[in-house]
Amino acid sequence: MEHIISVMVENKFGALSRVAGLFSGRGFNIESLSVGPTMDPSISLMTLVTRGDDRIVEQITKQLNKLIDVIKVVDLTESAFVARETVLIKINAKGEDRAEALRVTDIFRAKVVDSTPGTYTIEITGDTDKIEAIINLLRPLGIKELVRTGRIAIAREDVKTTVQDKSQDKSQDIKRVGT
Amino acid sequence: MRLNGAQIFVESLRKEEVKVIFGLPGGVVLKIFDVLYDYKDPALVLTRHEQGAMHMAEGYAKATGKPGVVLVTSGPGMTNTVTGLADAYMDSVPLVVFTGQVSTNLIGNDAFQEADNVGISRPCTKYNYLVKDVNDLAQTIKEAFYIATTGRPGPVLVDIPKDVSMNQAEFNYPEKVYIRGYNPTYEGHKWQIKQAADAILKAKRPVLYVGGGTVFSNAFEELREFAELTQIPVDMTLMALGSFPGTHPLSLGMLGMHGSYASNMAIHHSDLIMAVGSRFDDRVTGKVSEFAPYAKIVHVDIDPTSIQKIMDVHIPIVGDVKCVLRELNQHLRTSVDGRRKEELKPWWNQIEEWQKKHPLTYTQEKNQKIKTSYLIDRLYQLTKDQNPIVATDVGQHQMWAAQHFKLDHPRTWLTSGGLGTMGFGFPAALGAQRAFPGRLVLAIVGDGSFQMNLQELATAMDHHLPVKVAIVNNGYHGMVRQWQDLFYNSRYSASYLGTCPDYVKLADAYGAIGLRATKPDEVDGVIQEALKIDKPVLIDFQVDPHENCYPMIPAGGANNEMILENPAELQKKEKEKAGLKKAGNGEKEGVLTA
Ligand SMILES: Cc1ncc(C[n+]2csc(CCOP(=O)(O)OP(=O)(O)O)c2C)c(N)n1
Ligand SMILES: [Mg+2]
Repeated sequence: MEHIISVMVENKFGALSRVAGLFSGRGFNIESLSVGPTMDPSISLMTLVTRGDDRIVEQITKQLNKLIDVIKVVDLTESAFVARETVLIKINAKGEDRAEALRVTDIFRAKVVDSTPGTYTIEITGDTDKIEAIINLLRPLGIKELVRTGRIAIAREDVKTTVQDKSQDKSQDIKRVGT
Repeated sequence: MRLNGAQIFVESLRKEEVKVIFGLPGGVVLKIFDVLYDYKDPALVLTRHEQGAMHMAEGYAKATGKPGVVLVTSGPGMTNTVTGLADAYMDSVPLVVFTGQVSTNLIGNDAFQEADNVGISRPCTKYNYLVKDVNDLAQTIKEAFYIATTGRPGPVLVDIPKDVSMNQAEFNYPEKVYIRGYNPTYEGHKWQIKQAADAILKAKRPVLYVGGGTVFSNAFEELREFAELTQIPVDMTLMALGSFPGTHPLSLGMLGMHGSYASNMAIHHSDLIMAVGSRFDDRVTGKVSEFAPYAKIVHVDIDPTSIQKIMDVHIPIVGDVKCVLRELNQHLRTSVDGRRKEELKPWWNQIEEWQKKHPLTYTQEKNQKIKTSYLIDRLYQLTKDQNPIVATDVGQHQMWAAQHFKLDHPRTWLTSGGLGTMGFGFPAALGAQRAFPGRLVLAIVGDGSFQMNLQELATAMDHHLPVKVAIVNNGYHGMVRQWQDLFYNSRYSASYLGTCPDYVKLADAYGAIGLRATKPDEVDGVIQEALKIDKPVLIDFQVDPHENCYPMIPAGGANNEMILENPAELQKKEKEKAGLKKAGNGEKEGVLTA
């Protein structure tokens, strides 16, 4: 199953490669990764999209927690969340196609952010379904280039944001199975 | 107080009460070595190879419980430490390794002897640092020691650029550290501990599965009390040997690939496994899907990632083994009142049957070549009263040592478990001897392994480290040959060692003492002679090159499917037995058995 994991890390040299190295070193799958600053300049936030069965995802979150530069790990998939991705799509747009492109853009409430005699560049933000849908409609016009940010996500409810006590989180994260 | 980086380095180490640094100099760390030149404390042990320094520091750390400290130069100095880092990371050995780096303004320019030290070491350290500013040096060193020695211990690397060691800063050694992303859990969850206590008392066929974590947490007394209260049979991993007395009636010895028949049968048939400080390594579990099929599992570990990684665990307890056992014992003390001995009688009867059926034995005939198993048993018998520290390399000799050298005291067993690093044993023994000058330190080494770090004989001489090195000279990468015998039709591809030094002459060349035994009846004599010599001694034990180590669970096999004896020898023996019966003679002349 797909999981979106939000990882708060020290905004330090090397932190990103520790997280990336963890995934490559342990053979965990990583579909997308996006990083940005937070309100606190000493902390960065990474949003990771990964896949795996329960045991693998449990290992992923525990291994992330174990990294010393990691302050907090939240598996957003465990409760309600909102996820978004932004994509820039450069398409062929000449003659008739220009109107068709604008129609599609309009329907999806996307934006044309650049235009040349032969191309449009369209910006779209949305969830994965919406993005896949617009890409499918634009494909017949000829997509020249496509750039995706990777998903970012946020929990709908207020998640506990104690950054001090990672250990506490850890011991309670362990699931009981079987018995 | 304004000091330069090199002085800050040395003063910080003094604050950490570091007594000895193992290392080797080079261009970018000359300033630091220059400052060290004026100090007796910490003392410097110059090794002949950085890998040697690493394993010495590991031996020092394992034997003392204190962090081992290493100082090497940039580039090749650092890259030579990688095996030791990976080894210490796998076996949770607290080390702080300082590497030199080119000056900050040159980093990234492919400068002379530049390597990406933090990049290279990232996957094999618990944490690492590049110190870019001398003002951060003291704080970084404080954090490095804190991280290396707390939680699940491990190696931490601190990379110090040349200019950082030259520049000046105010020296204030921090009293405390706080790292917001690092708060190891020591106390176990109370409710879970209660659950575990109940489960243990209900179990009919419990087994205690003890790992190396017990050693790092110094939980020896708690472990013993727990075992005695509950009368639970004790299986130890390779890393745990010594944490529970090997001669204790509750000990079943080592489990796993070369573990005893009884220990493996017990865990296979158990209804409750109490795993403490162990991580269900594949050398222990064999085929995971068939491991302990009837057991409920309680798992105590300080590292949450170890729990639920391999096996489904019913009662997980994140915490320090010592703290958790102490708490458990409190529950049990009031509730067991001696009844467990009676309750577990059927289980113990079964275990004793297994022990009798296939004890760990060997056969040494007087007119045959020395069997390594016999040699190890003699070493054990002749030294056990001195409570020796025993280091091993990796291979058959290591497994025989684990089987036959019964250790009753913690921190007396130095071996490379997780990484299985040949060349570990001799330098590790030197590190332990440096920590305990008056104690008997034995290195039981393979001839293949010893040749990977024999250069440290010079270090042994320089620092008067009278380690007794038993070279198990079988002329082979014996463990490789054993696998080739069992799984590759005895095609000895690259397992025969060919040219090897004359070890007696080698010892002589370094000014050490060389001894040799070629026949079983010479074994005791050379051991006794070696024990009298206050110098490093190499003993060349020319052993049977074709002896194989059993029992053995083939890789990926289940724990109740052990190969108990060499199939060919077994046949021979059965025949002989039949013959002897006819002659009406129960005993055979000239046979020594354990
Ligand atoms: C550095 C390293 N290289 C290769 C191996 C693979 N290996 C495991 S045991 C072994 C043979 C060890 O030979 P020796 O030290 O003579 O011990 P013996 O098995 O003969 O007792 C080898 C090559 C290893 N463990 N470590
Ligand atoms: Mg050998």
